[in-house]
Amino acid sequence: MTRESWEMLIFGRILRWIGIVFFFVICAFPLYYMIMLSFKDVQVLLTNPANLLPDLSTVWPPKTYLDVLKPVSQGGQGFMVFIKNSFLVAVVTTAITMVVCILAAYASTRLKFRGKGAVNWGLILVYMVPAIVLAIPLFVMYSQLGMRTTVPKRLTALIIVYLSSTLPVAIYMLRGYFTTIPVDMEEAAMIDGCSRLQTIWKIVLPLSVPAIAAAGLYVFMIAWNEYLYALLFLLDNPKSWTLSLGVNQLDSQEVPRTMLMAGSVIITLPVVVLFIAFERYLVGGLTAGGVKG
Amino acid sequence: MTTSTGSQPVKGRSRTLAQQEQRQAYRLLAIPILILIILILFPFVWNIVLSFQELRLIDLGDLSLRNLTFTLDNYAKVLGARGFGELLRTTVIYAVFGTILPIVLGLIAALLAREPFRGRQLFRGVLLFPYIAPIVAVTLVWKTMLNAQFGIINVWLQNIFGMQPISFLSTRSLPIEFLGLEFKWPVALTMVILFQGWRYFPFAFLFYLARLQALPEDLYEAGKIDGATLTQRFFRITLPQLGAVTAALVLLRFIWTFNKFDDIFLLTGGAAGTNVITVQIYNYLFGLSNVGAASALSIVLAGILAVLLFVYFRWFYIEEG
Repeated sequence: MTRESWEMLIFGRILRWIGIVFFFVICAFPLYYMIMLSFKDVQVLLTNPANLLPDLSTVWPPKTYLDVLKPVSQGGQGFMVFIKNSFLVAVVTTAITMVVCILAAYASTRLKFRGKGAVNWGLILVYMVPAIVLAIPLFVMYSQLGMRTTVPKRLTALIIVYLSSTLPVAIYMLRGYFTTIPVDMEEAAMIDGCSRLQTIWKIVLPLSVPAIAAAGLYVFMIAWNEYLYALLFLLDNPKSWTLSLGVNQLDSQEVPRTMLMAGSVIITLPVVVLFIAFERYLVGGLTAGGVKG
Repeated sequence: MTTSTGSQPVKGRSRTLAQQEQRQAYRLLAIPILILIILILFPFVWNIVLSFQELRLIDLGDLSLRNLTFTLDNYAKVLGARGFGELLRTTVIYAVFGTILPIVLGLIAALLAREPFRGRQLFRGVLLFPYIAPIVAVTLVWKTMLNAQFGIINVWLQNIFGMQPISFLSTRSLPIEFLGLEFKWPVALTMVILFQGWRYFPFAFLFYLARLQALPEDLYEAGKIDGATLTQRFFRITLPQLGAVTAALVLLRFIWTFNKFDDIFLLTGGAAGTNVITVQIYNYLFGLSNVGAASALSIVLAGILAVLLFVYFRWFYIEEG
C-alpha cells in the first residue's frame, strides 16, 4: 500500500467515522439525557442512575411537566407565569426591534448622509461592549427611576435593554441583505409617486422576507435565552421572572432534578422548533453574529 | 414614527434632493441612535463616574448629580484585593483555553463534514444544538450529568473504571500522578473550559465549513498530480487558506470569552478556583453590596480588553503590511 492509500484508510475512513460519531454523540446525548430525565420519577433516578430509559408511567400522564406548570397555590412551580413573561418580553422586543431596524438598515444602505461611516462603526463598537460593564449603571439608573418595582415596570425595563442589545445584530444582518436587492425597482416606485415609507413597505419588505424572518428569529431567541439582565432587574420579585431566571432559581431550592430537566426542556423547545423550521434561513445568520456569545 | 415627505413638495425654503435625502436618513436613524446613546454611551460614561464614588447598594436612593465625589479607593480596593492576582490568572487561562478549544474542535468537525455523506444535513443540525440552546438549560444538563450522586458521568466512571465519584464542579484540584511526578489537576476550571469547547465549537464549525466549501477543487487536483498525500494536502493546501478565518474567530471568541458571565456563574458560581473578573463584579455588587467597587472592576475589565484589542490590531496591521 502506498502512503496515500494508508492515509486515506486511516484519516479518510476510520478516524473520520470515529470523529463523526464522537461529535454526534457529544451533541445529541445531553439533549437526550435532558428529555429522558424529564420523563422520570426522581426516586427512580436516585435508586438507579445508570438507567437511560424514560419511565413509562411518567411519560403519560407527564407528571413532572404537570407539576412545574401548576400554579404555586396548587403545589406546583408556577411555570405558566414565567412562560407568559418570557413570551411577552421576547415578542414585544422582536416587534419593536424589527420596525426600528428595518428603517435604520434601509437608511444606512440606501441613503447618502454625512456621518454614515461613524454610524456603521458605532454599531460594531456597541456590539463589542461587554454586557457586564453596562449592567451596573443600568441597574443603578433603573433603581433610581423606580423601574425595579412593579411587574410591568420591570418587564418594560428589560424590553428596553434587550432592544439596545439586539439592535446592532439586527441592523447588521438586514444591511447585508438590503445591499443585494437591486435599487431599480425602488427607483421606479418613487418615480410612480411612492414616498420613502411606501417604497419600503411595498417594495423592500416583500423582497426581504427571508432576511427579516431570520433577523426577527434571532432577536426573539436572544430575548428568550437572556439571563444576566433578567437576573439583575427581576430577581427580587418572583412574579416577574422569565423562564430562564425561573428555572435556574429553582435549582437553588429543594426541587427534584427531574422537574428542573422538565423546565429545561420547556425553555429549549421553542428555540429548537424555530431552528428546525427555519434552518435554511438561520444557519447563515449564525456566522453573521446572530447569536452573540 | 416620522412621516416621509419623499416625493411631496417641500414647504417653505426649498432644499436640494441631496439635503432631503440626508434629512430623511437622520429621521429613519433617529430612534436607534437615540437608544444607543441613552442605553450604551450614557451608561458607559455613568459607569466611569460610579467607579469614583463611595457607593453602597442601600445608598442608591441618595445618589444624585449634586453629591458626586471623586475617590480612587474603589480602584485601590479591587486591584489591591487579596486574590486579585489569582482572579486575573484564572480569567486569562479561561479566556485563552476557552478560545482555543472551541476553534480546534470546530475545525475538526468542519473537516469531517466537508465531504458529503449520508445524513450530513442531520449531522450539521445536531451539531448546532449546543450553541443555540438556552444557556440556563445546557448548564443545568451539565450540572446534572456531572453530579457526584446520580450524574451519568460519575455513574460510568464508577461502573467502568471503579473510580470514586468526583464532584467535578466544586472540586478545586485533584492530585494526579504522571510519569512519577505529582500534579495538581484543576478540576472545576477544566470543566468550565470543556463546557466552552462544547458550547461554542459550532460557531467555529460553521465558519470553517463555509470556508472549506469555498476552496477551489483544482488546487487539490494539482496537489494530487504532484503526489501530495492526504495529510500533505491538508498541511500545504488547506491550512494556509484558513488563516483569515482563524484570525477572525480568535478575535471574536477571545473577546466574548473574556467578557463571559453567564457560563461560569451558572456552572460553578465562581467557586472552586473558577472565579473570573465578570463573576467577581457580580459578587462586589450583590455579595458585598459595593456598587463603587463593582463599577471600578468592570472598568478594569473594559480597560484590559481595550489594551488587548489595541495590541492585536497593531500586531495584525504590521503582519498584513
